[in-house]
Amino acid sequence: MNARMANDNVVTQALGQIGSCGLFLLQILAAIPRSLRYGRETVRQLWFVGAMSLTIIMTCGLFVGMVLELQLYHVLSMFGSTSMSGTVVAIATYRELGPVVTALLFAGRAGTAITAEIGLMRATDQIAAMELMAVDPLAYVAAPRFLAGLVAMPLLCCVFCALAVFGGHLVGVSWLGIDNGTFWSNMTATVDVWQDIISGVIWKSLAFGAVVALIAVFQGYTAPPTSEGVAYATTRTVVASSIAILALDFVLTAFLM
Amino acid sequence: MNAAASPDDMLIRIRGLTTVLSGKKVFDALDMDIPRGKVTAIMGPSGTGKTTLLKHITGQMRGDAGQITVDGRNVPELSREALYELREKIGYLFQNSALLTDYDVFENVAFPLRQHTKLPEVLIRNLVLTKLQAVGLRGAAQLMPSELSGGMARRVALARAIVFDPMLILYDEPFVGIDPIALNQVLKLIRTLNETLGITSVLVAHELDAIKHVADHIFLIANGKVVAQGDPKTIADDGSPWTRQFFGGEADGPVPFQYPAGDYAEALGFPRGGA
Ligand SMILES: Nc1ncnc2c1ncn2[C@@H]1O[C@H](COP(=O)(O)OP(=O)(O)OP(=O)(O)O)[C@@H](O)[C@H]1O
Ligand SMILES: [Mg+2]
Repeated sequence: MNARMANDNVVTQALGQIGSCGLFLLQILAAIPRSLRYGRETVRQLWFVGAMSLTIIMTCGLFVGMVLELQLYHVLSMFGSTSMSGTVVAIATYRELGPVVTALLFAGRAGTAITAEIGLMRATDQIAAMELMAVDPLAYVAAPRFLAGLVAMPLLCCVFCALAVFGGHLVGVSWLGIDNGTFWSNMTATVDVWQDIISGVIWKSLAFGAVVALIAVFQGYTAPPTSEGVAYATTRTVVASSIAILALDFVLTAFLM
Repeated sequence: MNAAASPDDMLIRIRGLTTVLSGKKVFDALDMDIPRGKVTAIMGPSGTGKTTLLKHITGQMRGDAGQITVDGRNVPELSREALYELREKIGYLFQNSALLTDYDVFENVAFPLRQHTKLPEVLIRNLVLTKLQAVGLRGAAQLMPSELSGGMARRVALARAIVFDPMLILYDEPFVGIDPIALNQVLKLIRTLNETLGITSVLVAHELDAIKHVADHIFLIANGKVVAQGDPKTIADDGSPWTRQFFGGEADGPVPFQYPAGDYAEALGFPRGGA
């Protein structure tokens, strides 16, 4: 990267990074056909970023659903419509909290791991070794991790949402005594498959998965080959992903819904 | 070298290679011919650009000017596909091993085979174990790179570099950190690969005694140029100031011991010319 060239201006630097990141995306996309040979590597990465993130996603989903139900119950009880609280939990989770919180957790759990791993691979010449063994690291290292992030995010988001609704049910029905039948029937009557599930859960989490995986791979790939360089790159993955997720969320919500 | 040699005798030809890195002229119109089927050693003071030269030969780095042809192809001008095709025929031993830390020793050595061939598992196993046996580490096949000592890691990297029986092997300091027993085996291995399979070897090393046993020809590079070359047995006493200083290990001579720097006394804060 030529980021250090003449300007130390934060804005130009950030714009430069975004530009290089965009070019890097094109390189990864071009490498995807070549990476299909390394299907096993993609599956292995899917295990690392997806399956290994399950615990944190499930725990957090459960608590988000529980606390949301608790808050909503108290507010809605003022209007005598506590039976709608489950529905609101579901819609809020599907549309916003599910994709956004999953993506933020994913950036912290899997994104940092990807950045640190690739950064260290470069620092220890493993990337150069692959190039010399005529194995394209873009196809063998970058693309599988990118694809794994893309596939894992929607799945993790579904798990998060399911656990959130379960958490809401736990608090609303089992603890606060909302009628079980009302809880579910209100929810199924109000939640719209297209509006809430497809364009909420699926589209948003696909977009967030792509963004987080791209940033994580890019930061690792371009990290200076030093311990300090890798440390900063890992931090930048979390910071840049979080900003990108929330900004993109606003844009997607404005256009999709 | 020999002007009468036909172009095909030379596997690698370097002409007028000039490279500037961070303002320092690492190569200054360097010319070098490396013969096919021979063992060639490249020596030179630390930091003269031996590793950088190997990186140029494999296309990891590009010079600012000059030509490098390997097996008739001009490396700096190759497309990515053509470069990768060429690299499939080149084995490379890294100065720092560069094993893939995700895989165990066996998988590290098997890696090039798995990537570029569709050999049955039995054959891969045989090939890998043969190479590991040759470097004395068959028993370590299941260890992870983090469980190896530095010298063991280098021998695994060596096994990986030769597993493909490539046309050309580039060794960056193969003897560093290797004990005398293993050193003898490694020397024999390099010689055998060269004699039985006709593999061209280029090795960068500092150990003249070891090099005498394997190399057919030595290049001594300093200040971005080839300053001496010749037969390993006689190069040390060819009488030039370069070889006298380098092989004699003297601090004074044409090769500066110091990396280019400003005035020493000034850097230490002493007044100029003061006592
Ligand atoms: N990426 C780089 N950027 C800037 N300068 C570099 C870079 N890589 C190497 N150099 C410089 O090029 C010169 C040659 O380095 P190189 O690693 O090739 O030396 P070497 O001959 O292999 O030394 P050694 O025997 O110690 O391994 C050094 O002066 C080094 O400072
Ligand atoms: Mg070196």
